Amino acid sequence: MMKIKERLDKRKARNKELNKHYISSKDIKQTAKENHKIIRAMERKNNRRNVPEEEYLTTMRDPDNIVEFDDLHAFFYTDSGVVKAVDGVSFDIPKKCIVGVVGESGCGKSVTSLALMKLLQSPQGQIHSGSIRYAAKDGKCYDIANVPKIDMNKIRGKEMSMIFQEPMTSLNPVFRIGNQLDEILFLHFPGITKEEAKEKSIAMLTLVNIAMPDKIYSAYPHELSGGMRQRVVIAMALSCDPNLIIADEPTTALDVTIQAQILDLLRDIKLKINGSIMLITHDLGVIAEMADYVVVMYAGRIIEKGTAKEIFKKPMHPYTVGLQKSIPALNLNAETLYTIPGNVPNPINLPDYCYFKDRCNKKFDKCDGPYPKLSNVSESHKVACHLFTEMSEEFAKIKAGGKNAKK
Amino acid sequence: MPKNENNELNNTPTKNNALKKNQTKERTSKEGSKREILVVKDLKKYFPMGSAWIEKNKSYVKAVDGVSFSITEGKTLGVVGESGCGKTTLGRTILRLYSITGGSVMYDGIDIRQLSRRELTKLRPKIQIIFQDPYSSLSPRMTIGEIIGEAVREHKIVPPEEFRDYIASVMESCGLPSYYYSRYPHEFSGGQRQRVCIARALALKPDLIVCDEPVSALDVSIQAQIINLLVELQKKFGITYIFISHDLSVVEYISDEIMVMYLGSVVEQGYREHIFDNPMHPYTEALLSAIPIPDPEAKKTRIILEGDIPSPANPPKGCKFHTRCSKCMEICKTVNPVFKEYEEGHGVACHLYPQE
Repeated sequence: MMKIKERLDKRKARNKELNKHYISSKDIKQTAKENHKIIRAMERKNNRRNVPEEEYLTTMRDPDNIVEFDDLHAFFYTDSGVVKAVDGVSFDIPKKCIVGVVGESGCGKSVTSLALMKLLQSPQGQIHSGSIRYAAKDGKCYDIANVPKIDMNKIRGKEMSMIFQEPMTSLNPVFRIGNQLDEILFLHFPGITKEEAKEKSIAMLTLVNIAMPDKIYSAYPHELSGGMRQRVVIAMALSCDPNLIIADEPTTALDVTIQAQILDLLRDIKLKINGSIMLITHDLGVIAEMADYVVVMYAGRIIEKGTAKEIFKKPMHPYTVGLQKSIPALNLNAETLYTIPGNVPNPINLPDYCYFKDRCNKKFDKCDGPYPKLSNVSESHKVACHLFTEMSEEFAKIKAGGKNAKK
Repeated sequence: MPKNENNELNNTPTKNNALKKNQTKERTSKEGSKREILVVKDLKKYFPMGSAWIEKNKSYVKAVDGVSFSITEGKTLGVVGESGCGKTTLGRTILRLYSITGGSVMYDGIDIRQLSRRELTKLRPKIQIIFQDPYSSLSPRMTIGEIIGEAVREHKIVPPEEFRDYIASVMESCGLPSYYYSRYPHEFSGGQRQRVCIARALALKPDLIVCDEPVSALDVSIQAQIINLLVELQKKFGITYIFISHDLSVVEYISDEIMVMYLGSVVEQGYREHIFDNPMHPYTEALLSAIPIPDPEAKKTRIILEGDIPSPANPPKGCKFHTRCSKCMEICKTVNPVFKEYEEGHGVACHLYPQE
């Protein structure tokens, strides 16, 4: 008898070790119940109607910015736990600039942009806390995180619009291109006639350099090539003269030659609409060519941000350095490419120390401490790494000293 | 000459010949001479369009139209081109996953086109393929061990009692811990799945692996891991690669020779240095200038190709590239240029260079 019991205990202990992340159905039910409560409260707030505008109007911290993310938290309440997809992100998009957001898949770069558009997969995807301030064309300033769903329809498309990664899936295969282009105009300009809408749509198609726009207007998406489809999607995004365009991996599904065409077009369009672009991509080459400011994300947090020159010429965080070292184009003579060992940590069970510690080649005893703060090392360059605490302290002293001296 | 021997064997490819062939292979590799492992001559693959039973008006998509090349053992041939240029079809036709319409594929002196089904199965372990998408190329119902071991068992690579150890050793050489044996593909990330795909190909001890865009579905940091693994395995086992990709910077890193394809035919071919330092064809120039460089201060003149790649069902007359070419001449619109070698190992098909 004893022997069997011993053996069973041993097996249990072994199984427990093997299935560290195992969740019993009881636990799942419990978390689902808790999540349901939280989600319902949030959804109720989101679905309100006739909310007075004052409730979600704020003022910008800096009038030169078009968007300010301030300590944004966007969570997904899943049955196996809360996924903190975006965990305290704050950065600005200045007017008439291109801001690039880089990171591996699953680092939260797309979720940040979807939170800005309020397109998070609801009900489980919710903006938990923080604010997104957006300066509209008419001088008002909205706090996107508090805008109810109904009122968001007025902002989305007209004030800011999005270009998605896969042009085939973002166009409806059963409607003609013209139909889909006109639809936005009918929504945002009530009272517009069919002829006017067609005229405007064709003008948009010409703007994105599509040859024979009349013909394309009455074509179906499947008749076009990948590059043409992406142009149509860009035309659609532009049709209400938005201030801000969010391009979520606009060239990932395209060939190099078509990618060059589309990037050229985006640069052109930025000048034409006189607005800003938030460019999300994992291709550092594209970022280097397009962006004025770069934000590097890892596991839902910003680890480094600065101007493009700073990020590419003086990268500081070991992750940014590693990313650049692992590009084949820059390391042709290297015997083996530099690799960052391991994988991105599981977003449900994130550690309480620096998320990058387990993959880092420069870790030291301080890294076991709390997650490093994002601090300035120069006027525009910020890093979240324990390696640079001294440097940032020095910079802070100089800055404070400079201010005092002026006074 | 070992090559002649192989040709003789080729006339009657049988089971015994495969054995003899292996002996000649060992001999040549001991001598250290450069052996051409794969010779492709004028390979064609046409896909019929429309109703197939009206024979007379049958039209074709010429996916691969007259491609010739050869690879030396232990080297890497990079195949570059836009999507729709026939590079994937080329890779699959070499393996005879698609039937060959015309031309010949000689693997080590054996004409793959002439092989019967049974003979082809015998040859399969020697030529393997790694597919593009690691998410759809692994069966979700099989464990990792079963996936890697299925073909090993089928081809009797090792005796049954050593089977498990052999799979574990293959997994370890691909950077997968052996306790993953009984796990399922859904438990793994993209990079690890691609490692499983590589292990599956490697378990059969192949001489030639066709890598069909193995890294294009992966992140930058994972991409570097997989490229390093491929290079390391090549050094260790002397495998030959055909590396198909649309990412020129990856191809530049990994390849010894590069072949640029456009609409089913080769426009330029040469050693890596030739292609990158001295591109001759306008299409190659445009492709190279389109690569984004991760350096914000690098300024370069960019040649932007206008329009899209024409439909391979209805390719332009004359030079296929003339509709997008910046240096198009009158002759380009009527006469198709001939592929000619201008330096040692560097050939191009363009009217800009003397054709005779």
